[in-house]
Amino acid sequence: MTGGHSLSDASLTLPSLEQCIRVLTLEDYNTRVVVLGVMALGAAAGLIGTFLLLRKRALTADALSHATLPGIAIAFMVMVAMGGEGKSLVGLLIGAFVFGCIGILLILAIRHTTRLKDDAAIGIVLSVLFGLGLCLLRIASEFPSGSASGLGGFIFGKAASMVASDALVMAGVAVVVLVATCMLCKELTLLCFDEEFSSVQGWSVLLLDIVLMSLVTVVTVVALQSVGLVLAVAMLIIPAASAKYWTRRITSMLIAAAIIGCLSGWLGAVVSALVPRMPTGPIIVLLCGFWFVISFIFGSNDGLLVRQFLRWSLNKRIARQHILRAVWEVCEQHTDSEFGVHEVVRLRSWHTRTVKRLLRKSVAKGYVARKSPTTWRMTEKGRVEARRVARNHRLWEIYLINYADIAPTHVDRDADMIEHVLGPELVEKLEKLLVAGDEPKSPHPIGASG
Amino acid sequence: MNWTTIDTWIVFMGAMCAASCAIPGTVLVLRRMSLMGDAISHTVLPGIAVAFLITGSRDPAAMLIGAVVVGLLTAFLVQTIQSLGKVEVGASMGIVFTVLFAFGLILMRRAVDHVDIDPDCVLYGAIELAWFDQVHIAGMGVPRGFVVNGVMLISNIVLILVFYKEFKITSFDPSLAKTQGIRPSIMHYLLMTMTAVTAVAAFETVGSILVVAMFIVPAATAYLISDKYGVLMCLSVAIAIIAAALGHLGAITIPLWFGFSGTSTAGSMAVAAGFLFVVAWIGSPKYGLLTRAVHRIELRVRILREDVLGVLWRLEERKQVAIQSMQLATAIGANPLMMRFVLLRLVNQGRIAKFGKCWLLTDQGRSFATTLVRTHRLWEVYLDKHFPQDQHQLHHSASRLEHVTTESMQSALGDARTDPHGSIVPENEDV
Amino acid sequence: MPQTRIEEEHSLTSPVSVHDLTVAYHRKPVLWDVDLDIPEGKLIAIIGPNGAGKSTLIKAIMDIIPKVSGRVMIYGKPFKKQRKIVAYIPQRESVDWDFPIDALGVVMMGRYGTVGWCRPLRRRDKEKALDALDRVGMADYANRQISQLSGGQQQRIFLARALSQESTIYFMDEPFASVDAATERAIVQVLADLRSNGKTVIVVHHDLQTVNEYFDHVILLNMRVVAHGPVESVFTQENLKKTYGGRLTLLSEAADRLARQGTKL
Repeated sequence: MTGGHSLSDASLTLPSLEQCIRVLTLEDYNTRVVVLGVMALGAAAGLIGTFLLLRKRALTADALSHATLPGIAIAFMVMVAMGGEGKSLVGLLIGAFVFGCIGILLILAIRHTTRLKDDAAIGIVLSVLFGLGLCLLRIASEFPSGSASGLGGFIFGKAASMVASDALVMAGVAVVVLVATCMLCKELTLLCFDEEFSSVQGWSVLLLDIVLMSLVTVVTVVALQSVGLVLAVAMLIIPAASAKYWTRRITSMLIAAAIIGCLSGWLGAVVSALVPRMPTGPIIVLLCGFWFVISFIFGSNDGLLVRQFLRWSLNKRIARQHILRAVWEVCEQHTDSEFGVHEVVRLRSWHTRTVKRLLRKSVAKGYVARKSPTTWRMTEKGRVEARRVARNHRLWEIYLINYADIAPTHVDRDADMIEHVLGPELVEKLEKLLVAGDEPKSPHPIGASG
Repeated sequence: MNWTTIDTWIVFMGAMCAASCAIPGTVLVLRRMSLMGDAISHTVLPGIAVAFLITGSRDPAAMLIGAVVVGLLTAFLVQTIQSLGKVEVGASMGIVFTVLFAFGLILMRRAVDHVDIDPDCVLYGAIELAWFDQVHIAGMGVPRGFVVNGVMLISNIVLILVFYKEFKITSFDPSLAKTQGIRPSIMHYLLMTMTAVTAVAAFETVGSILVVAMFIVPAATAYLISDKYGVLMCLSVAIAIIAAALGHLGAITIPLWFGFSGTSTAGSMAVAAGFLFVVAWIGSPKYGLLTRAVHRIELRVRILREDVLGVLWRLEERKQVAIQSMQLATAIGANPLMMRFVLLRLVNQGRIAKFGKCWLLTDQGRSFATTLVRTHRLWEVYLDKHFPQDQHQLHHSASRLEHVTTESMQSALGDARTDPHGSIVPENEDV
Repeated sequence: MPQTRIEEEHSLTSPVSVHDLTVAYHRKPVLWDVDLDIPEGKLIAIIGPNGAGKSTLIKAIMDIIPKVSGRVMIYGKPFKKQRKIVAYIPQRESVDWDFPIDALGVVMMGRYGTVGWCRPLRRRDKEKALDALDRVGMADYANRQISQLSGGQQQRIFLARALSQESTIYFMDEPFASVDAATERAIVQVLADLRSNGKTVIVVHHDLQTVNEYFDHVILLNMRVVAHGPVESVFTQENLKKTYGGRLTLLSEAADRLARQGTKL
């Protein structure tokens, strides 16, 4: 037990410029292999992860990755028993794949034959098979021949020990996933969006699900080496979840997810190569998380900022319409277009300061002009707009009273909220509906029609 | 096999750890939130790492605070991403726990020079070595893990008893809970905190990844056996304890059979829990696969028995009395082996008797069969009245309905003289 | 049960022919021995109380849920061989409307069946999709994200998706539920057009008031078919009382007991 240290001791030794250039230009064989391998993985995982996310099976992939551990151990033992070293990546990955499939089948079996639901089924398979894997790993380490020391690396990833053939395997998988995604894009989209419709149209939902989960299993299995099984699911879903904040179409989402995954892989491998004692897998995942947060906040399609901006501009529009309507109503009470601030304040019981601020904004828009320090005047443009706004508001009031049974005392407030989302076609309909029919008893009389 | 005191202590520690996990685990499984337990058991890692780095020791207070913060943070983040970010709940859990876990791993790896902790151990525990880390209580040397898990177990038991009603209602019927003034969200965050603290306490014993097994598997196993809250809770704890004991036993004996020296106790505890799950899956008296299969066969046999009686009764009505086993088998659509079994059962019940090669109803059998036929024909009347459809279906449907009709249902069917086919509806037999 | 000659005749000409269909959900029978022949070129409503099996009936016909027993023929052939001429409009709730796709994308899904595995859509398919959108009055919304559509608009693009399939038989599950007046009018117009083109449309309907106005035939369903036929003769007070009257609790109770016992039907 050591004492006398603090967080600041865990300092980062920053790499020198030379080192950076070496890594970035992929001069090192090792770096080259790792970087290219994880870039391929990131792209493949982003692609198939999009469909996994849309199919709402994210955590099944987590169970899948944990279930591969016994497969790896058994594959090792089999290979050693057959006289080998037990190090062949392909052999280990085949074992992983087989057990991944077993895991999925077990989840389905539990779900279909017991009262337990998805979450419990996934949790059971995940933990029990992982426990089995740990037991088998411990046993494998006692094998007389072969060396099982590298096997534990599949749990947290051991990207640093990748060789060219491994990177080739990953590139191969990426190509397969790319081709499959292109060919089956519309089928998988349909499956994820509307399962029942696709079954009626004649697509075999079972077959498509098998294809999807097989591709997920394959990508998970190759991810084991770089990010390890605990974090494999991150590569599948985080880039895809991030992509959703940038686009509203499937094809763009697929491309965005692939790019984000690829980029995270590249950056993670680079950082890991430059900074000592920085494990590759976790840093890649951390970077994915970073992109997710960026997308969550800044994403152009439904990101937090965009939504806030839309809400803010809506509020601005509402405020603008409020002031115009208030001014209109004030002007109705006298015959001209001149009014004083105090009249508006009295009508609406707003703060004088608020009214003045809104009036200044209306001046900027050209709806209102200042005649003297105390009087203001509506412009022609302002009159037209104000009349339109006031009319919308009153039509809604009438509609709400007559058709939605809202009490007259409450109508003003609701009309306030609804009127701003009226489109022109709906207003037209309302006018035909109400003005032609019984003449309304609006709490506020309708001004000169126009 | 060499069983020493150390082994006994290991089993005790494991059992207490498993039991203390099973308690919040049961509530998690009931609420379909098992995977939240998975997520939290991963996210406690950065919590522990930060606590280590700040305090420089395994100070329990710091770890406790770290656990609480992490538990609440996880729940909060998952909720935020799900509602604000419009991501489905499974994916939001996946995002939160993997990123936080990755962060924790990095902290651990970089801090390994500064703090005396083995990153691997954090993840799969080192219960085998826990014996050597002792504290002294009342002059006795006791493994620290024992004390920690013991305290955890007691506090979980206390919490679950104090909030018995609240946890029960908010798990089964959240809207009812609101009307009773219990806030489901408070119970939710309390549960998350309990889970996180338990996970932290358990990490020394089984490591933070295998905690998941202890949360989910015993509770799920119990769920296959019972559906009463109190019983479930006790069953989960019992199953967890058994799994821990079996696990350690298995870890030190089973590998020996194959020439190895042993294996990870934590891992085999998870496997033992899985084994118990499979046992319940197949053999549970209420929900097990075996029970259901046996039940189905019993039912089929009963229906066949009643069908035999019905056929014999109708033959008597038509004054055709002689029928042999083979013809009977064809008439009700059973294979010869099943037929033999059915006939044997009926003879034992005293409802049929054999004359030469033919089968006849006894008086007892006849009165039973009369009730059946009456029910059947009344159903035909009922169906014909309410659902005027093709005649051939009435018989088919009534054939199925007659086997599930109770006395009260029969009287609800009313009375009639003839059925839609023209056959007479027999009078009610006085029993 | 040997098929009678009458059944054989109907089977070949009737667009949808259902024989002795029984469907169970968690071992509880939801539909019992349903026997129907749907007439061609008409608008047919399926009416019944909640839980009567209305949606279950059309889903079982289309093989979305498994049958315990029974047979379904589409123009005399099994459903599996006739998929191309059947279109389905599911309930709006069955889909996640946050999916990243626009209205046109959804409608084009109707063309996937004709295009086949792995092949991309062609311009002709896009034109047909746009055409279908136009027919339901949603041509201006082609590039609108579906999460931004109102309930009625969503219903209309589901309808357009089915129209783009250019099928002969249409199954609709509560298309009029919670839609605005404009959408309701649009749907009714489309239905009338379909009928005048000789298509057969079967609709699970919830609103008793509009049955007379919108439909030609009606099927009254409450676990079994209570009555079916032209609206004028079948849609009577007496039949409605039988369907909705709640006097069928006995059958329901028997169904419950069957479920609890786990009987194989």
